[in-house]
Amino acid sequence: MIDIAISAILTVFILANIMNLGGLLLWVERKGSAILQDRIGANRAALLGKLPINIGIINTLVADPIKLFTKEDFVPPNADKFLHWMAPILAMVPALIAFIAIPFGDILVIGEREINLQAANLNVGILYILGMVSLGVYGVVLAGWASNSRWALLGGIRASAQMISYEIALGLALIGVVMTFGTLDLQEIARAQGHMIGGVLPGWGIFYQPVAFFIFLTAGIAESKRIPFDLPEAEAELISGYFTEYSGAKQATFMLVDFLESIIVAGLITTLFFGGWQVPFLMRDGLHLPGDIFYPLPSLLVTLVQHGAFVTKLAFFCWLQIMIRWTLPRFRYDQLINLGWKILLPIALANVLVTGLMILIFQA
Amino acid sequence: MDLLTFFMLAVPLVLFAAVVILHPSPVYSAMSLVVVMSFLALYFFFLDAHMLGWFQIIVYAGSIMVLFLFVIMLLNLQNDPQEHQQPSLRTASRIGGAVLIAELVFLFSRSSSSEKAAAELPEGFGTVVALSEKLFTDFLIPFEITSILLLIAAVGAVVLAKR
Amino acid sequence: MAPISYHLILSGILFTIGVMGVLLRRNTIIIFMAIELMLNAVNLSFVALARHLGSMDGQLIVLFVMAVAAAEAAVGLAIILMVFRNKETINADELKLMRW
Repeated sequence: MIDIAISAILTVFILANIMNLGGLLLWVERKGSAILQDRIGANRAALLGKLPINIGIINTLVADPIKLFTKEDFVPPNADKFLHWMAPILAMVPALIAFIAIPFGDILVIGEREINLQAANLNVGILYILGMVSLGVYGVVLAGWASNSRWALLGGIRASAQMISYEIALGLALIGVVMTFGTLDLQEIARAQGHMIGGVLPGWGIFYQPVAFFIFLTAGIAESKRIPFDLPEAEAELISGYFTEYSGAKQATFMLVDFLESIIVAGLITTLFFGGWQVPFLMRDGLHLPGDIFYPLPSLLVTLVQHGAFVTKLAFFCWLQIMIRWTLPRFRYDQLINLGWKILLPIALANVLVTGLMILIFQA
Repeated sequence: MDLLTFFMLAVPLVLFAAVVILHPSPVYSAMSLVVVMSFLALYFFFLDAHMLGWFQIIVYAGSIMVLFLFVIMLLNLQNDPQEHQQPSLRTASRIGGAVLIAELVFLFSRSSSSEKAAAELPEGFGTVVALSEKLFTDFLIPFEITSILLLIAAVGAVVLAKR
Repeated sequence: MAPISYHLILSGILFTIGVMGVLLRRNTIIIFMAIELMLNAVNLSFVALARHLGSMDGQLIVLFVMAVAAAEAAVGLAIILMVFRNKETINADELKLMRW
């Protein structure tokens, strides 16, 4: 009974937090892009008239949602009403629930009870997230089809081909990681990264699988359909692609899904390649510095620091994706498919092969 | 799997499978097939085939059906009222279906007259470890042949689409 | 506990729906989907029997069926695309060049 209550609390905690983070990313994106492009950016709405410093947070987090959710919800006359209504939900649900398999801390000790800081402790966490990512395509594709508009249809077609192509590179990059750690459980993978290589370098996945990291980052950005891979919604060519015919709250849903997918990619990169919640030299019982120096620390403090480390890494990779978005130009569609099939796929396959060879050499 | 779970999964499975073959719109057919496959994945979980359940979602629901939808959208198939069905075929399918179902039900219910309790499950049944140990020892040759088959299929698809 | 015959009968029903789909529909893509449905029905009985007999062999067969189904979908859909490009139709009744 109490176990169910704990997982319910953890799930609600995760869902509420990533929704918040999604909203915050919208602000970072708008204000960050303005800084990058030497503009002022969102600064119209402010609390109590004028504040000395207006950083646009009221604008993006209060005024914009109010505007979006009170807009008319327009459905094109020839659209397929049922699927038009279903599509945002189908896009939202997998993106929301994928995150519950990602561990956001080690073990929280309250009294006698040890709580694993992961909303759902799945022993095949990687497969679960891959499954949810692949189910996320349907929302996009159906939105494109149900709108009964050419731009939307083109966006939907582009999205389906792009997502299938990059899922393969994504999966193969993950296979290299799985071979290194020998488990599909994300919490186990995070724990396996706790040791030090040679006493100084943290044993994070990126030092074992550097190639897989770059493939995963590229394919991950492509899966979340952001520039330079935003062909399905390319506003210069397709108005806004698969959600051209959406307005109001449904359009806001699609925008939020984009950010949620970035958060999942950032969470996976953190967990697989950057040690998850691991902090170098910090173990369960305290700080183990090189040269046998040991500072014991209370368990609660360690857990909090580790959780803070996870959030910091997550925020960094979300920020990195936004910076990439506002730095690079968009691919052409044939370049996109070429990159996926002719460059990323062979490199990912070679990476799996080399990883296997390395494991054989070091085990023999 | 207890009886309640069985019927909660079996009834939607049959209903959505019927929608697949009866709905005039190809997109709705494809989406009901996705639902069928997701329910089958759930079914597999209840039958202790955890890995296969996830593979069902990733391979069938996540990849093969997206490919179907992609082709349907690329050809822009609409509802086809002209999709005329020859009356003879229609009757044949009804009679054939009835006969087949009667036969299968009869056979399967008879085979259970020698009802045995389900065997004890070995440790780790249906997990990654059990599945891959079997796959890379007893089933190694089929596994290699399947990989060659996949390669041939990939080459074949590229050749066909390029022409 | 649902007895093994229940699983097999459900599998039989799904398989029959697939067969009827192949006979009823003239749209090649729907026929193709009906075939996928039949494959899935057979997978179901394999998994149920694997559970019943306590042996992993049935599950491995399903794994192979999935791999073959993926290959089949790739090639089959490429063929359908080619047919549509040449004939502007994928109605099985109008594709009768090979029929005598």
